[in-house]
Amino acid sequence: MAKLELQNLSKSYSAKVTPLKQLSLSVEDGEFLTLLGPSGCGKSTTLRLIAGLEPPTQGEIRIGGRDVTQSLPGERNIAMVFQSYALYPHMSVYDNIASGLKLRRVASSEIRRQISEVSLFLGLENLMQRRPGQLSGGQRQRVALARALVRRPDVFLLDEPLSNLDALLREQVRAELKQIFSQQNAPIVYVTHDQTEAMTLSSRVAVLNDGLLQQLDSPRRIYSRPANRFVAGFIGTPQMNLLHLDCNRSCAMLGQYKIPLPVGARSLSEVILGIRPEHVRLVRPGDPIVIQGEVVVVENLGMSDLLTVRVEGKPEFVRTMLSPDQSWSGKSIKLSIPPEMIHWFDAQTGNRVSDATR
Amino acid sequence: MANSARSTAPRLGLWLAVGLILLLSLAPILWQLLTSLKTTADITAIPNVYFPRQLTLEHYIDIFQRQPFLRYMLNSAFVAVVSTLLCLLIGTPAAYVLARLKLPGEQIILTGVLIVTLFPYILLFLGLLELVRNFGLANNYLALIVPYTAINLPLTILVMRSFFQQLPHELEDAARVEGYSTAQMLLQILLPLTTPALVTTGILAFIAAWNEFIFALTFITRDSMKTVPVAVAQLSGTAVFEVPYGALAAATVVGTLPLVLLVLLFQRRIVQGLTAGAVKG
Repeated sequence: MAKLELQNLSKSYSAKVTPLKQLSLSVEDGEFLTLLGPSGCGKSTTLRLIAGLEPPTQGEIRIGGRDVTQSLPGERNIAMVFQSYALYPHMSVYDNIASGLKLRRVASSEIRRQISEVSLFLGLENLMQRRPGQLSGGQRQRVALARALVRRPDVFLLDEPLSNLDALLREQVRAELKQIFSQQNAPIVYVTHDQTEAMTLSSRVAVLNDGLLQQLDSPRRIYSRPANRFVAGFIGTPQMNLLHLDCNRSCAMLGQYKIPLPVGARSLSEVILGIRPEHVRLVRPGDPIVIQGEVVVVENLGMSDLLTVRVEGKPEFVRTMLSPDQSWSGKSIKLSIPPEMIHWFDAQTGNRVSDATR
Repeated sequence: MANSARSTAPRLGLWLAVGLILLLSLAPILWQLLTSLKTTADITAIPNVYFPRQLTLEHYIDIFQRQPFLRYMLNSAFVAVVSTLLCLLIGTPAAYVLARLKLPGEQIILTGVLIVTLFPYILLFLGLLELVRNFGLANNYLALIVPYTAINLPLTILVMRSFFQQLPHELEDAARVEGYSTAQMLLQILLPLTTPALVTTGILAFIAAWNEFIFALTFITRDSMKTVPVAVAQLSGTAVFEVPYGALAAATVVGTLPLVLLVLLFQRRIVQGLTAGAVKG
């Protein structure tokens, strides 16, 4: 229906407060784009700019090729789901869902037809005459979704729609959301600080930090090839091991262990070695990179134990996930770092070091 | 056993305290009500007659027959209603702007509003008298409506502002995204949610206007335009030295009744949290 394009979008409130800097991206029909980042990274601001609730300081917003930068929110034909749901408390569920259509002077028989369709889809048929105050959190959430879906907008915007639900319900609604939006043929922009939501729902993820786009990629590539140190540390739980190492003749020095650098990193004097805890494993014969250390902390994660290991001869810690079938506490263990799982980052710029030539 | 004994004593104390407070605050009203129902002989009897030996409505009939008390009540009602409506009409938009927009000098405006409420009311009086005289407003309802509105405005603005501040901003955002124009949003979304606050502040303004005495006494001299508090104060007996206690009590009861009815009528509105369910409860 309508492609959403942002071009060099910036927002600043004063010389010092600039929540968004030069963001450019586009979202195709049916694509689920998630804006992910820590609080204050500019993701909610981006959403408010797209919605037209705030004017951008600079840049352009296009929906379906039409420049809407100066349009009022109501003229953009977008639907937005808010974190607090923002249902009108004095209206029944039916009127809440119908409000947008009524404003567009859709015939009342048509409104009825569309609402019954949406409410059947979301299981809201029996709640139509209730007030939002009489609904549970999950039901309110679905009414808010229904209000967005019934409009058949050109763009869907969702602002942390799951963060007000309790953990159990959140997982269930997340799956529902995925199913609901897989059937929508419009660009979907979803804002969250929860990486699980981002990874499970999106077709593409835009990681933002400090108002700057860090990486725009598929969830898989965000995980497997983080573009810089920030993305590497932000995505994945438990957090990736990021070791600041000195270089010595095309090798990084981890304590007394030498780790060969990729071609692109050979000129650097310092590098950051990134390795996910789930990729560090116990040593097997023939492993090229082996380190030894003492287990200082054991955290039980259920399906595995998360160990914090002090690397011998270096004040560095490496975290690893190992099977909980034995007691690790206080032991000295040998760990292997598989070279193909290592992410290298430039210590100065934080950017990923190209490993294409390896 | 020991348990129940231990919980009975504090309970008894609590109810005793409740009873005392009730007595303390209701006794004067009860006394007025009883006095208004006593015969004149009972009122002046020594020793005191606490409970009327014979109920009578003669004082009530008296105030409506010997004086145009209904007329006074209508005067009061007119002045109070108009000034209350003006107060809400002017104060609410001002409060909304102060709550929602980031105005330069907002703090100064708010401090100004607050300081006005601290200003001794009696000091305004002489200046107002001059103004009333200059504009020829004596014996004109406007001479009361304008000052009452002005005096109640700061309270309205402050109360309504704090109400708007606790109203979730996302509701307005949602309405704008849905396509409501600003006017539609204010009237169809915001106004219904604001009703409890409007009623609460409205009642406060109404009570203040209904009970006001000094301005009403000074700016209105024509008998047919007097308000209830002035009329009550000026009730006189049939003889020079007779104090018409019974009529005074009856007039007080009749004068308070509209306020009591008003509060009872809107009580549910005031208490009812209409915003429930707008956001996560």
